[in-house]
Amino acid sequence: MLGQQLLNGVVLGAVYALFALGFTLIFGVLGVINLTYGFYFSAGAFLALYFTQGLGISMMLALLLAGIVTGGIAVILDGLLLTPLRRAKAPELASLMVTLGATLFLYSLMSAYFGTDIRRLPPKVFTNVGFNWLGLHIETSQLLILVTMVVIVSGLGWLTQRTRMGLAIRALAENGTAAQLAGINAGAVTRIVSFLSGGIGGLAGVLIGMNYNAIEPYMGEQMMLKGFAVVIMGGLGNIRGALVAGLMLGVLETLTAGYIGSSLKDAVGFGLAVLTLWVRPVGLFGRATIKRA
Amino acid sequence: MSAFFANLLFTYQSLIYGLGINAILGLSMYVVLAIGQLSLGQAAFMGVGAYASSLLSVKLGLSFPVVLVAAAGVPAMLALLVSVPTLRLSGVYLAIATIGLGEVLRLFYVNWDYAGGALGLSGIPDRGGFFTIFGTLALLLAAAFAVGRSRIGRAMEAIREDEQAAGVMGIDVPRYKLAALVISAAIAGIAGAYNAHVTAFIAPGDYAFDNAVTILSYALLGGIGSPLGPVFGAFLLTALPELLRPLHDYRLVLNGLIIVSVVIFMPRGLFSWHMRRIGAAK
Repeated sequence: MLGQQLLNGVVLGAVYALFALGFTLIFGVLGVINLTYGFYFSAGAFLALYFTQGLGISMMLALLLAGIVTGGIAVILDGLLLTPLRRAKAPELASLMVTLGATLFLYSLMSAYFGTDIRRLPPKVFTNVGFNWLGLHIETSQLLILVTMVVIVSGLGWLTQRTRMGLAIRALAENGTAAQLAGINAGAVTRIVSFLSGGIGGLAGVLIGMNYNAIEPYMGEQMMLKGFAVVIMGGLGNIRGALVAGLMLGVLETLTAGYIGSSLKDAVGFGLAVLTLWVRPVGLFGRATIKRA
Repeated sequence: MSAFFANLLFTYQSLIYGLGINAILGLSMYVVLAIGQLSLGQAAFMGVGAYASSLLSVKLGLSFPVVLVAAAGVPAMLALLVSVPTLRLSGVYLAIATIGLGEVLRLFYVNWDYAGGALGLSGIPDRGGFFTIFGTLALLLAAAFAVGRSRIGRAMEAIREDEQAAGVMGIDVPRYKLAALVISAAIAGIAGAYNAHVTAFIAPGDYAFDNAVTILSYALLGGIGSPLGPVFGAFLLTALPELLRPLHDYRLVLNGLIIVSVVIFMPRGLFSWHMRRIGAAK
């Protein structure tokens, strides 16, 4: 029983970690809190639904395509909303507010158009067959979540640490002006980072939509609250912190639901986030940041 | 003729009350924005005020002034709990810490049977009304103008323009931030109490994220150059959906669009151009 709970917790945590990874990447490199990020999550799930149900594409391909399209949406939204603010050197809260407005706009448009009913993936493209191993039961969707998470995390690690593009990304994260003086095309790197994070957010949406087989417009908003908790626990902009904190939150939520009460499950993240702010505001692995004038 | 006005007041009562209550909420947002902070918990604080006051009215039958003290005090305590750790951090932390507050409180209300659980609380006595709401609004506006002209107001403006420089000038930045947040939560709580006592019914879902964003849009649309900005912003955004009734489902879409366009195209809001001082920075 405990083993199964832990397994389910790790799978849930893997999605939280994956989702928070894209979110923290935007903050770490571009220095903005992009609230439209939750929308990519919902959009990914809806796109997967459209690809499998409307176009009859296989689930694996739909997952990939949804990630690519949400990545594209993220690039466009960043260009429309945040590039003008960057150009005007607006204060940091301006980007928070503009993405907040955009979030409200996108969600309410989406729910006005699609309705708020829960939609389900067609059974012919996706049947959740499970495996039994050492007395534990793991479903195909759960396996796919773990595999996707490992692939994305190692791929991102390779990209940022071993490639020239990754060097440019890290340089921009460290010091934007200096990176540009060194000849790095900040606009291009911004678009790449937006694409990557949007894609990751979309993938997470498909995976959760598939795992629970429930897709609705506001699912991203719910996820965003978990994402905030994870990035605060792990430290804003800290990728390793997001991964560990995501897994931790998944396990703790599952254990809370299993042993204390399922109504408290969704309060765990917020409680831990406020606790982190009180006890260790830089997060689990954070370093104290020094404000540059 | 007076019958006509009485009729008008009766027909549009909820709209008129809504104008006043939302203007108070806009002011509560103004208090935070005026020191360059962003709280996304105003709807949550409003909800706490509404629940605290309604429970005292319904279950204990306390008189309205006593109830209002709780409506201001309980959200203020909550603001203290959430905001203290963020005071020395960058402004984004406060926004993120308060963004989840509404959702957690909703879960709390839903599971709290004494407060009606998921069904909400009904039969809240009819208290307050036109003069209470607009009297409070006038009082708060007067207070905001008075503070704005004082040493405190100038310190707040300094913090908004450049936190570090303000700190170097000897302003106790965390203390000002804390005071602004606690006061703004108390104001939002009072608005919540007024709202609960004129609508007679509250439910857990009334104080969600959408409402927090709507409150922010009052202040952003009106601009924070003067306390009048958020008040006019609230008037406009409260009256607008009534004028554009056919929009119904797309009302929030419009609110979102307003926030986006105001931040990008008119970062000072609609009603602030004449409030800028000559030679002011930026």
